[in-house]
Parts: sequence; structure tokens; C-alpha cells
Amino acid sequence: MTDWESVIGLEVHAQLATSSKIFSGASTAYGSEPNTQACTVDLGFPGVLPVLNAEVVKMAIKFGVAIGAKICSHSVFERKNYFYPDLPKGYQISQFELPIVGTGSLEITAEEGAKKTIGITRAHLEEDAGKSLHDEFVDQTGIDLNRAGTPLLEIVSEPDMRSAKEAVAYARKIHSLVRYLEICDGNMQEGSFRCDANVSVRPVGQKELGTRTELKNINSFRFLERAINHEIQRQIDLIEGGGKVVLETRLYDSSKDETRSMRSKEEANDYRYFPDPDLLPVAVDEADIEAIRASLPELPDEKRRRYLDTLKLSEYNAELLSSNRDTAVYFEQALSRAPELKDQIVNWILGDLSAALNRNEVEIQDSPVTPQMLADLLQRIADNTISGKIAKEVFEAMWRGEGSTDRIIEARGLKQITDSSEIEGLIDDVIAANPTQVEQFRAGKEKVLGFFVGQIMKQSKGKANPGQVNSMLRDKLK
Amino acid sequence: MTDSIREIRLGLAAGEFSSVEITQDYLNKINLHNPTLNCFITITDELALEQAKAADESIARGEIKTLTGVPIAHKDIYCTDGIKTSCASKMLDNFIAPYDATVIEHFKRDGAVILGKTNMDEFAMGSSNENSYYGSVANPWDLGRVPGGSSGGSASAVAAGLAPAATGTDTGGSIRQPAALCGITGIKPTYGRVSRYGMIAFGSSLDQGGPLAHSAEDCALLLQTMAGFDPRDSTSIDQSVPDYSVDLAQDIEGIKIGLPREYFAEGLDADIANVIASAVDEFRRLGAEIVDITLPNTKLSIPVYYVVAPAECSSNLSRFDGVRFGYRCDNPTDLEDLYKRSRGEGFGDEVIRRIMIGTYALSAGYYDAYYLKAQQLRRLIKEDYEKAFERVDMILCPTTPEVAFKQGEKTDDPVSMYLQDIYTISLNLAGLPGMSIPAGFSQGLPVGLQLIGNYFEESRLLNVAHRFQQATDWHLQSPEMK
Repeated sequence: MTDWESVIGLEVHAQLATSSKIFSGASTAYGSEPNTQACTVDLGFPGVLPVLNAEVVKMAIKFGVAIGAKICSHSVFERKNYFYPDLPKGYQISQFELPIVGTGSLEITAEEGAKKTIGITRAHLEEDAGKSLHDEFVDQTGIDLNRAGTPLLEIVSEPDMRSAKEAVAYARKIHSLVRYLEICDGNMQEGSFRCDANVSVRPVGQKELGTRTELKNINSFRFLERAINHEIQRQIDLIEGGGKVVLETRLYDSSKDETRSMRSKEEANDYRYFPDPDLLPVAVDEADIEAIRASLPELPDEKRRRYLDTLKLSEYNAELLSSNRDTAVYFEQALSRAPELKDQIVNWILGDLSAALNRNEVEIQDSPVTPQMLADLLQRIADNTISGKIAKEVFEAMWRGEGSTDRIIEARGLKQITDSSEIEGLIDDVIAANPTQVEQFRAGKEKVLGFFVGQIMKQSKGKANPGQVNSMLRDKLK
Repeated sequence: MTDSIREIRLGLAAGEFSSVEITQDYLNKINLHNPTLNCFITITDELALEQAKAADESIARGEIKTLTGVPIAHKDIYCTDGIKTSCASKMLDNFIAPYDATVIEHFKRDGAVILGKTNMDEFAMGSSNENSYYGSVANPWDLGRVPGGSSGGSASAVAAGLAPAATGTDTGGSIRQPAALCGITGIKPTYGRVSRYGMIAFGSSLDQGGPLAHSAEDCALLLQTMAGFDPRDSTSIDQSVPDYSVDLAQDIEGIKIGLPREYFAEGLDADIANVIASAVDEFRRLGAEIVDITLPNTKLSIPVYYVVAPAECSSNLSRFDGVRFGYRCDNPTDLEDLYKRSRGEGFGDEVIRRIMIGTYALSAGYYDAYYLKAQQLRRLIKEDYEKAFERVDMILCPTTPEVAFKQGEKTDDPVSMYLQDIYTISLNLAGLPGMSIPAGFSQGLPVGLQLIGNYFEESRLLNVAHRFQQATDWHLQSPEMK
């Protein structure tokens, strides 16, 4: 029995969040009517010329600086020549020999919390192609060129990952980073963030890499993990069965959870790359890079470290709160309103808020309960206006849009009862109504105390201060 | 009537004739002679008269721009909004451009009237105008001979008096060679001086637009309109455009003119050598100092060019695939059939030949030996010129090795055809500006003289050419049109 090791490298295509295309002024907005966002440049009309959108260069540099990569002072756009109906010019403008971002690296948290550094070979700028619509017309293929010319940053990793979980951790890290940098919206369903995985297997201890396959068409992290695991197993089964892995591109079909061959690399095109004579080389100087470096926001790793070192959060919480930029923004806004309630804020964000977001499929930045509202709510618990239990009710009401914490407490009469005489009255009523239980308690059955507390809270509609109820009840029952 | 733009402007301003009158006059000549010459693919008579009428109204209001009311023809490589733009190809026979090229916008801005679109070699590939889907163009000096190419329609039309001036493009000599063969004046500016936006690309790193007219003086006016930075063309150069007319008459006493010895060697027709020698004497009389120079690497120009230009065109012409515009074959059976037949049927032989050469030169395994090597040699050719311009102000040589040849004479011998551009092609590789001006005749056919300037020295070129034209009358000769 051979022990197998899998080797995985990822190519991530991040759509850069510019308002116009990489080489034309047409809009990049998603979801418009087919061919309404393609100008003569995108359509590859005779005589038109590309003009580089300066914004994409800045975005690529941002990414390069964030991964500690070398930014190339001189990068070149080349033409990748092939015929396809959704490629209007018959070539894609991309970068080949001289990409804008050189080698860098990224640290991921691998299995069992260990840190691992993944090498990034390069990142280059290119234009996206259009879409072929095979299902819309009978016996014909429609072409939608709205996406043609959308700017992409292709981020190529070294084959440094050894499991599907590591690959997903890396992909998530890139996803988090590009969103932090605000260079990509990260929307995988709309295709603004796409992953292709190069997968091979080899016997443990073998140095040479096995023959790889490239997996395409993966539009979620869950599918990425499943597709890779499925492919690893397919390759192992194939080799153990006496077969050979062939160099090919395979499509992942999420409905069947399988990969199938799309084309073998032997049939691949000779792309005849050559520098695009319509575009000048991209020149970047140190001053440009420094200006961009100075403008970078706090990145996930720095944030996590600050949460650990300065805010003293647990490793687990620091990771959860920092990995998503919008979560971190939420946390920090709430914290700035109520710095003394740090632990409560962390618990609520990762607890009740997360649950509500998941349940309602809402992104944290769109939460109807804003960071300020959450901080106010937690302040009302801290100052004993309401109990933690009532707070959940107030939270739900705020989620439904019934107003601020104080308005809801006021409107629903949820203010906690802290008046001793009022609580005493409630206790007396409950004791009088339950003589049997009183006897049991006095006979030493401590558990019954919970019954009384429950009854009193019920009578008060949850508003009695639970601490006060507990201590006063003990005195009364003696 | 006159074919001088300077005089047309004066006449229009003085009210001696109207734009409608002069436009109609040119349209009449076009209708009369185009059936013989075939220099127009499209005649925009209605539009021309409409524009001329508007120009006359402007002139009446005293609003006169540099070319208000002056009729011009445009090479059918420039996209013209709402007008067929064919590039002389079956591929674009049905193509109505949805926008104006920057050059066309500039002519509209300055008030020019458009007479029509001129014939050319298909996609600007050729030196005889015999590679046109619309048939070959005749040289008005001898109808059995070629006008040169690729801007053959423009050169023939201007020489025959069917238009006072026309636009052209020059990738390896396509303005200068037909200007020489038709006995007119043409200038190819520095690469980046005239916007390529809307000029259908052949060899993107070589293509440059420019005017063809009867004199350096007219070329100065036309280039003024054509030149300028264009943010839509990334290779356009952001440098202010000087007034090309202001220094035209300046004295050229003391100017150093270099004669590259390689351009007067083997292959040059003896008559042409004599004509050029006389012209050199004329320049001496004008005060020029003649210096012997060497351009040792320019002999590589033809092989370098025939790797670079086809490589770029093989990619530039990929967009003509029968999918979105242009020719589409009948009843394609599948995608591959659609591509193969649309392109196979839509392109002419020379275009297909160059696409094949270029595709080969860029292929894996050949790229280094051809494309990369050609780029390295291209640098050497450029350095030759840079060294020469340390010693001289301008370079002078013949524009072509022969006068206009007979139709059909070289169509079966592409290499001999390619050699027609031996003196012009290196400028495109170096990006330098060059002019061709009439310098005399051989066997009754015009001989062109080429002047090569340093980068962005179009003013100097025009000045030197103008001085020569003030001292000679070769540019005033015109063929007899029956």
C-alpha cells in the first residue's frame, strides 16, 4: 500500500473593482442586458485601440505590496492569440513574460492551527472574455460581450499546498485580502472571484511532481474543497489501477460532484504571445509604490495581531473577527462606541448577530442592527436596565426595524425590575402559591430553587433582575 | 480652377468661387475619370455637397477654419461614421463604420469636405494597388502602369486632379512610394504624431497616417489638421504640434544633407540615379552641404519588416472572423467552418500570405528565431539612423528603385514587389518621418526623391521640400487627362 501525497497550486482570477473596463470606458456593472455594456473597443471593431485604465495598475500594486511581492518597474501587455466567438479581437490582452507583480507569499493557518507560508509566483493583469450562451437559443450559441474587457488580476500560487483544506485556507486568505484592499468584491456567484486548481499526486517521499490536471468552473469554497478531494481520489484510484494521469483541463460539476475532462493540454492552442504594439510598457517607479504602500489599510494579519496583542482577544476570536473585513469594521465600530464592553461585543457578534445574519442570509455590512445599535443594547445590559434574556428580545425587535434599544425597551415596557419591594411582592406571591415546593426546598431539595426563580421571572415577564431574585428568594425561603 | 489647397483657401475666402462650385467640379472630374482610373471605392457626392453648402454658409458668416470648404479624399482605411469603410477587402465590403477615426474628426473639425473613399491595396498590404477587392488602380501618367501602393487610389486621384489632396497611411512606404510613382508630394510623419485611432490596423508599430498633395506647402496645412496627441491612441505622443507653415520659406543655407551610400548602390535604376543627382545639385545651389554617410544595417530592413509587419497583421486581422461584422460565409456547418470559410473567402491572396507568414513567425519554436531576432535587428537599424543624425540634419535618397511599373509585371513575384519598398521601409522600422517629392522624370514617368528627417522634425522636412519646390517646377507637372 502506497501512501500518497497531493500537491496543489491555485490560480485565482480576481475581478478588479473598477467602474470601467481595463481598456475602454464601458461600464463593468454586473447583470445588465446582454451586449449593452460593450463599446466598439470591447467589440473589437476595426480601427479601435485599447487605452489602459490606470486604476487597475494601482490595484495590482496594492495587492503586490500586501503580499510583500516585488513590483516590476517595467511590465508588458502581450497578446494571447486564439479564436473563440466570445473573444472579439481574436486575442486576449494579458501579461506573460513581464507581469506587474513578481514573487510574494502569504501565510495561512493550516490544519491544527499550524502556520504555513504559501509562495505566490506572480500576479498579472488581463482582460476577461465575453460569455457564450449555449442554452438560450435552439441550435445556436448567443454571445454576450458585456464581460469582455473586464479587468482581472490573475494570482498564481506555487504548488505549495498539500491538501484540499490548505487550498481552501489559501483561497479564503486571498479572498479576504482582496476585499480588505477593496480591489475586488469577492462575489463568487457572479464570477468576480474564481479559482482554478492544479492538482497532482505522488507517493510520499518522491521528489518529482506527478502529472497534474487543472480543475475549472469552481464557484464556491465548498466546491473547491470537494472538487480537489474528488480529483485526488480519482488520480490515486487511476494510478493504483495501473492507469496514468494525463495533463488535461477538467470541469467540476457540482450537481454530480465529479470532474470530467474538458480538453487535453496536447490539443491546446499555440497562443503565439507577443508584446501588444498598441500599448506601451507599464512603468512604475518607487514613489508610486511607496504612495500606495502608505495608503494601504490595516491588513488581516496585522489586524489579527493587534486583536491578540492589544485587545487580548483569544486566538480563535481574533482570527474570526479579522478574516472578513466587514466583520472587523463592524467590530471596531461597536468597540469605539462602548470600549468597556469588548468581551460582550465579541460574544454577541460571533453569537446572536452571526446567527441572525446566517438565518436571514444577510451580509454583516447590511445588518439592520448597526454596530452602534448593538453597542447601545449591550450598554443597557451593563447598566442593569435589561437582562441578557430581555436583550435577545430587544435584538430581535431591532432586527425587525422597531427602532433603537431605548425605544423598544420603553415601548414594550421591558425595563428591568430592580425595586426590592416589587420583587419581594412577586416572591411572596409565588411562595404562597406553591406550598409543596416550599416544603421540598426546606427538606433540602436545592434544585427547587430554580423552579421558584423560573416562576418569578415568568410572573415578571422576564423583567425582574435575576441576581436580585436569587438572593432575596434564598432569604425568604429560610 | 486650381489644385493647390493654398489657392483654394484664398479663392474661397475672397469669394472667387464657392465650396459647392469647387466640390461639384471635383465630383464631375471623379465621375469622368474614375471609370478609367478606379481610384475611388466610394464617392460621397451627396454628403460632399451638403458639407460644401454648410461650408459656404460658414464662410458667408466669416467663420473660416483652416480647411473650411476644401474638398479632400480619404483612404478607405480610415473609419468614417455612417460611410462604408472597406479597406479594399471583400471582408469589409458590407461594413459601415459606426464612428469616425480621429483623423476624420480632425478634418471635420477644420471644415474640410469629404469627396469619397479611395482605393488601396487590401488592408494596406501591397506596393501596386493590385491587391484590391475593387480592382487595380491606374497611374494617370500611363494607364497601363501601377500607381504604387498601398495608398494608390489617393495618389492617383491627386495626380489626376480628382482631388486636391488625400489622406494616406504608410506602414512601409505606402504614402511615399505611390506619391513618387504618381509625381506628387507625400509625407509620413514620425510614429506617434498622427493618431491611429480609427485607422484600420495593419502593422500597429509601423502604421502612420499622413497626407498626399501637390506641394510641401499643402502637406504642411494638411498635416497641421491630422497631427496631435490623442488619448484614445496609447502610442500617440503627447507633444505640442508646431505651426508647420510658419517656417516653410526659411533659408536652408548651411543645412547638412547626408546621402547614404547604400541607397545609391546596386538595384537603383540609372535614370533615377541621374534625376537624384540633379536634385542634389539643386540642393547644393540652395546652400546645402552634402555629406556621404553610411547606414550599414538598412539592408536588413526588408527581411526584418517582412517578419514584424506580418506578425502584427496576423494578430490584428484575427478580429475579422465572420462573427460580429464583415463578411460571413454562407451556411457554415460549425464554428470551425465559419472561421475557415469566412476568412478564406473574405481575404485576398496577399493578405492570406502575410497572415500565414506572421502566424509562422510567432509560433512556438520559431518566435525567437524570427520575431525576437527581427526586433533586435530593428534596434540596430534605428541606431544607424541615430548615428547618422549626429552628423547630418537630413538624409536624401531616391524614394523607389524604379519608376512606375506595368500592371501585372510583379504580381507573380512577391519578393520583387517587396523590394519596391527598399528605400522607404527602414523609416517605419525606426519610426522616423520621411517625405517624397517629385524630382524629375524618367521615360516620361515621375521620379520621387525621399527626404528623411530626425524624430519630430516634420517642420524641417517641409521647409527643405518647399525650398526645393520654390526652385523647381517638377511638382507642378501633371498628366494629361483625356
